[in-house]
Amino acid sequence: MKLFSQLFRKIDSTTSSNAKIKALVEFFAEADDKDKIWAIALFTHKRPKRSVNTNLLRTWAAEHGSIKTWLFEESYHIVGDLAETIALVLPQNQSTTHHNLDYWVNYIANLRDKEEHEKKDAVLSAWKSLDKDETFLFNKLITGGFRMGVSQKSIIKALSKYLSLEENKVAHRLMGNWDPFETEFSTLLLEENLSENLSKPYPFYLAYALDKELEEIGEPGQWFAEWKYDGIRSQLIHREGEVYLWSRGEDLINESFPEFSIIPQFETRSFVLDGELLVIIDDEIQSFNRLQKRLGRKKPGKKTLKDHPAGIIVYDILEFEGKDLRPYPQDERRKVLVELFNELHESLPLKISPLIDFDDWDELSDKRDSSRLIKAEGLMLKSKKGEYKTGRKKGDWWKWKVDPMTVDAVMIYAQRGHGRRSNLYTDFTFAVWEGESLVPFTKAYSGLTDDEFREVSQFVKKNTIERFGPVSSVNPTLVFEIAFEGIAESSRHKSGVALRFPRIKRWRKDKQAQEADTLDNVKSLL
Amino acid sequence: MSLLKISDRGIYCEQADVYIDPWKPVERALITHAHADHSRKGHQKYMSHHDSVPIIKHRLGGVEIQGVEYGEQTKINGVTFSFHPAGHIIGSAQIRAEYKGEIAVASGDYKTENDGISGEIEAVKCHTFITESTFGLPVFRWQNQNLVYEEINQWWRKNKSEGKLSVISAYSLGKAQRLIQNLDHNIATIYTHGAIEAINKLFRKHGYNLPDTVHLGGNGKLKEEEGGLVIAPPASIGTMWMKKYKTAQIASASGWMAMRGTRRRRGVDKGFVLSDHADWDGLNTIIKETEAENVVVTHGYTDIFARHLHEMGLNAYTAETEYTGETLEPEKTEEKTEDEAV
Ligand SMILES: [Zn+2]
Repeated sequence: MKLFSQLFRKIDSTTSSNAKIKALVEFFAEADDKDKIWAIALFTHKRPKRSVNTNLLRTWAAEHGSIKTWLFEESYHIVGDLAETIALVLPQNQSTTHHNLDYWVNYIANLRDKEEHEKKDAVLSAWKSLDKDETFLFNKLITGGFRMGVSQKSIIKALSKYLSLEENKVAHRLMGNWDPFETEFSTLLLEENLSENLSKPYPFYLAYALDKELEEIGEPGQWFAEWKYDGIRSQLIHREGEVYLWSRGEDLINESFPEFSIIPQFETRSFVLDGELLVIIDDEIQSFNRLQKRLGRKKPGKKTLKDHPAGIIVYDILEFEGKDLRPYPQDERRKVLVELFNELHESLPLKISPLIDFDDWDELSDKRDSSRLIKAEGLMLKSKKGEYKTGRKKGDWWKWKVDPMTVDAVMIYAQRGHGRRSNLYTDFTFAVWEGESLVPFTKAYSGLTDDEFREVSQFVKKNTIERFGPVSSVNPTLVFEIAFEGIAESSRHKSGVALRFPRIKRWRKDKQAQEADTLDNVKSLL
Repeated sequence: MSLLKISDRGIYCEQADVYIDPWKPVERALITHAHADHSRKGHQKYMSHHDSVPIIKHRLGGVEIQGVEYGEQTKINGVTFSFHPAGHIIGSAQIRAEYKGEIAVASGDYKTENDGISGEIEAVKCHTFITESTFGLPVFRWQNQNLVYEEINQWWRKNKSEGKLSVISAYSLGKAQRLIQNLDHNIATIYTHGAIEAINKLFRKHGYNLPDTVHLGGNGKLKEEEGGLVIAPPASIGTMWMKKYKTAQIASASGWMAMRGTRRRRGVDKGFVLSDHADWDGLNTIIKETEAENVVVTHGYTDIFARHLHEMGLNAYTAETEYTGETLEPEKTEEKTEDEAV
């Protein structure tokens, strides 16, 4: 576990993806094959299931750490992570074992069908032989909650470097439902895979936000305008009867979105399409919240597929019948795309992105104001003569988003921060009026300066009505402008709405609580 | 009625009409130690351990201050006051008050490990103990300090071998001197930021044999590839002063580094868990050894820690004060004064 623990430390202490990749390459060079497989599996969310109930772990940790359960719970609340809290409250010891990661994963898997007292003995003896960092990782494994700040892309880059193999081949080989308990590193990654060239995507062309006046980019007639949707930018590949779906992060996500696997039943033409992946019901685009229910969920169940069906709004074609169309101008690619869609079977979950009619920039600007009505976040402008570029480039594509929505709300709860900020209040709940009462409608934290945080904390300390653990209810006095990117109906929230990317825009010191918005104001944004 | 109580100006002894570590201006202030949250300006008369005197004068300007020895007794209006080692920083003390057989002690900040420069804490028997609880949670359990120094030395050696400069962010009063005292000077030169060097100078002048350090002034030049170590106050990290060092590997030494969340949020390359405050076991041990029946918890995780003490059978309660204990936020007022003094 030592090597893996070092890897974790390195990855955990940096935000640079290059440093993470370097650490991974070093790990792959040193670890044995079985541990490599486990590292890949853990980083790509193929983690083993939880084998011991977390309530038991909490009890045993409190007992072994000689503290009362409530103290453990308070500590957990402040630390915010169960595995870490356990590692911290246990007596500290030096590591006395040299077993590898594979040993511990199996050790934990073997506990699943054991009696409670056998589980307890095994867990305690592990805790006694591992140091703090190793205990933390052991706890992460046993609680089945292993998440680490490494993207699939970094893993792919590191393996590509380590194996001297192209990245898209590595990505292809990591696809599918391989079981880490049964899989050898050499079979997974070292054997040539005949279909891997078929899945190869093109690099995405990414747009910059419009940073000048429309007049400066040229005549309206030289431009296409389309709605910009808030989904997942995706590339859909159909070659030789196989379908691959890549997200902009260059992750292969076909397994999460099986609705596209029917394409070969209706299509013989091969193509590569660029578009926005969204949840679409009866031609109506749904909020990003619903798409989130599909993300990261491999093999979604029937109900999920039925409740949150995915589709793609297609806006570009990069390859048709084996021919790379990227050097051709946008308007010619559009013609090919229209042709493709003219004969596309209607049961396929693909829609062509409509072009917006406009004669002059003012007209377009007016249309942009209606973006939210059709669940778009603004417009995309594309030069008719532009080719499909690689990466983020200025010139031919611009995104032109609408301004965020804002609501003036009253702060009603404040929660202490964690760690060094535990004496400050950093998480707030905001409410709007419904008749005479205030209804909480969102939480927000980022957006205040350190000085403002301090000032607000002072206010909270002096104006606390009641305390519930770390949360204080405060006199509803302070008004803040809350900005957000989207709003959706939600039955889980008292207010009936859920916001996307809520943040504090500014402190409205000029407003009294009575002047805050009403719930009806908020719902009118739906 | 208790001999020491918490008023809205500080810890107050009514019988003697003196305050301990007051946060608002008073006539007579007894100061546990020279950190900015305990030693504030605006009082008419100060008293502290004599090692704190030069620092308080340096930070607050020309104040009227009397220095005393550990254990020396001063009688004020029938109350006997004495200062006792707290092990927190150089010159730090707990302040004991005795009147007609009743004894109360204000701890200031304290730690239980002897760091070689701040003295060995003494648990003072008393009826009422006013304690800090900055790290009063069972998740804070410090490793033996020598292991931490070795960890820092290793990190420093590795950076040096890669031709890189090491930088540690540490409080200018306390943590900085502790590091200078305990790190391995054979690795390479230790440089100090002006704010820290000013404090070092005062200690050296008053007889402390701190190992040699090199002052890195405003336009300080050093050869980064020689792998030196710069000790700088938290406020200077990320400023222009630091940014000119291209190879700098930045670490933070603080008790808060025990938590992964703070390590990550702080954005330093490396976090070392080293604190001048007592950990969970340290707090519990000292409180037990004072044999106090009443414990007042003043700063830190006060609610939780007081509840814990209550369950241990003590009459424990919390009190609102303006002490902050160890923070990772740079203390504005403090650093400004120091930078000006450089
Ligand atoms: Zn202090």
